[in-house]
Amino acid sequence: MEWIKRRWLLLAVHSGALLPLALLLWDASRGDLTANPVQAITLRTGKAALVLLTLSLVCTPLSNMTGLKAALKLRKSLGLYAFFYVALHMLSFTGLDFAFDIGLIQQEIVEKRYILVGFAAFILLLPLAITSTRGWMRRLGKNWKRLHRLVYPAALLAAVHYVWVVKADIREPLLYGSAIAILLMLRVPSVRRAVGNVFARRNARQKSPAASTNNST
Amino acid sequence: MTKLRSSEITPEHIYLSRRAFMVGIGALAVGGLLNACGNNEEGVSVTPGPVSADSDELGDTLNSYRDITTYNNYYEFSTDKEAVARLSQGFQTTPWSIAVGGLVNNPKTYGIEDLRRFDQEERIYRLRCVEAWSMVIPWLGFPLRKLLDEVEPLSTAKYMRFETLYDPNQMPGQRDGWYQWPYIEGLRLDEAMNDLAILSTGLYGKELLPQNGAPIRLVVPWKYGFKSIKSIVKIDLVEEEPTSLWMAAAPHEYGFYANVNPDVPHPRWSQATERRIGELSRRETLPFNGYAEQVALLYADMDLRKFY
Repeated sequence: MEWIKRRWLLLAVHSGALLPLALLLWDASRGDLTANPVQAITLRTGKAALVLLTLSLVCTPLSNMTGLKAALKLRKSLGLYAFFYVALHMLSFTGLDFAFDIGLIQQEIVEKRYILVGFAAFILLLPLAITSTRGWMRRLGKNWKRLHRLVYPAALLAAVHYVWVVKADIREPLLYGSAIAILLMLRVPSVRRAVGNVFARRNARQKSPAASTNNST
Repeated sequence: MTKLRSSEITPEHIYLSRRAFMVGIGALAVGGLLNACGNNEEGVSVTPGPVSADSDELGDTLNSYRDITTYNNYYEFSTDKEAVARLSQGFQTTPWSIAVGGLVNNPKTYGIEDLRRFDQEERIYRLRCVEAWSMVIPWLGFPLRKLLDEVEPLSTAKYMRFETLYDPNQMPGQRDGWYQWPYIEGLRLDEAMNDLAILSTGLYGKELLPQNGAPIRLVVPWKYGFKSIKSIVKIDLVEEEPTSLWMAAAPHEYGFYANVNPDVPHPRWSQATERRIGELSRRETLPFNGYAEQVALLYADMDLRKFY
């Protein structure tokens, strides 16, 4: 029980992140993947990847603002789960959809700009997944952090990929795009300090009435 | 008679590599794909009526009634293809009238029953969606030309303009202000006169279901699916090229003609290949969706890259 109490947040992340896969398998086993199952698999794994990638970017600013250090421990899991779905998404596209026909896939990448940017995002995320281990962190030292900033352009490319993939109604993709843009802006040093100050003052104000009550008694 | 092109036959290595991949990915894909081929589902009518053949003139097998009635692009109900069948249940198709007017000698408002009195023919057509998937569908309907013969277009009439019902109470998608409802589509008059262009009132030997555009829709098989406007209430003969809903929504991406053309990629999507619903591998897209013999002449002196 003690273990669960300590780890509930991580447990929630693991089960939440595996839920899209579980639902996909469930629907697949029941034959509920629409008349176009390949498209359904590609779309659903892509959406899961984008959601998890966005969530992985929430951790750092959330921790900065609220002082919730536990959030930082979730980054790696969220990021790796995001890549897991990216990998499934790519397998579905190259394997299920195009039967690994390199010629056809090349043509798709050249002719469809949304595939080009999606592919670029995948290439940027690949080294991050590979170097996610403690060993690589040690070996790369300071450069590890620099390398892992590649997640910022990758997330932006993923958002552009989604904006370009929809037919005309880009409201939902724009929602993800704006969320990612805001999350990235919160990392700009001056913005981070300004937001940090606001939160610090609010925290102080919330504490002060309690303090005065204590004084009066 | 068009022969089956060798390019349409999936090369063996694709089958083999796919098989290897399937083993790899396991139950996920295999289970889903196999089940999707023939499973019954509650709440969906799966009993088709009689059809005259089980394939089109190229030898391609008809898609199942289930696929045709559960995988629908019909934004008036939902942008979710799977949700359309459910959301369109109970859509009122009687009484239904279609006002045919504009530049004609005999403007006339038809009841749907008047139009069902035209001799209904079965037409097995390929439907190619601009999203690069396709189906083979046994439509029931009559040539659009027969309607034109009755209303007699004036010599000034150059185009036909079609309009879908506007009824946000019944069509929840129309409450969404993103698109300029109602749905509008158009054909050049000579396109409309082509024997392939039909007004359809049924498929698979039955009356159309709401998700397929009941009670009456256009079917122009050499064009991308969005040209085949559904649930029509108004037809006008006009002098100027009509602006369709998609042309208004994204003018750089959707042209008036929208002929199926593997050589002209959509600004965002290649159109070189397509996935036939129910098949594992992709197949090459044919010029004019395989109807070049019947329709290519209509565009003989046009630059199809410009007039996409």
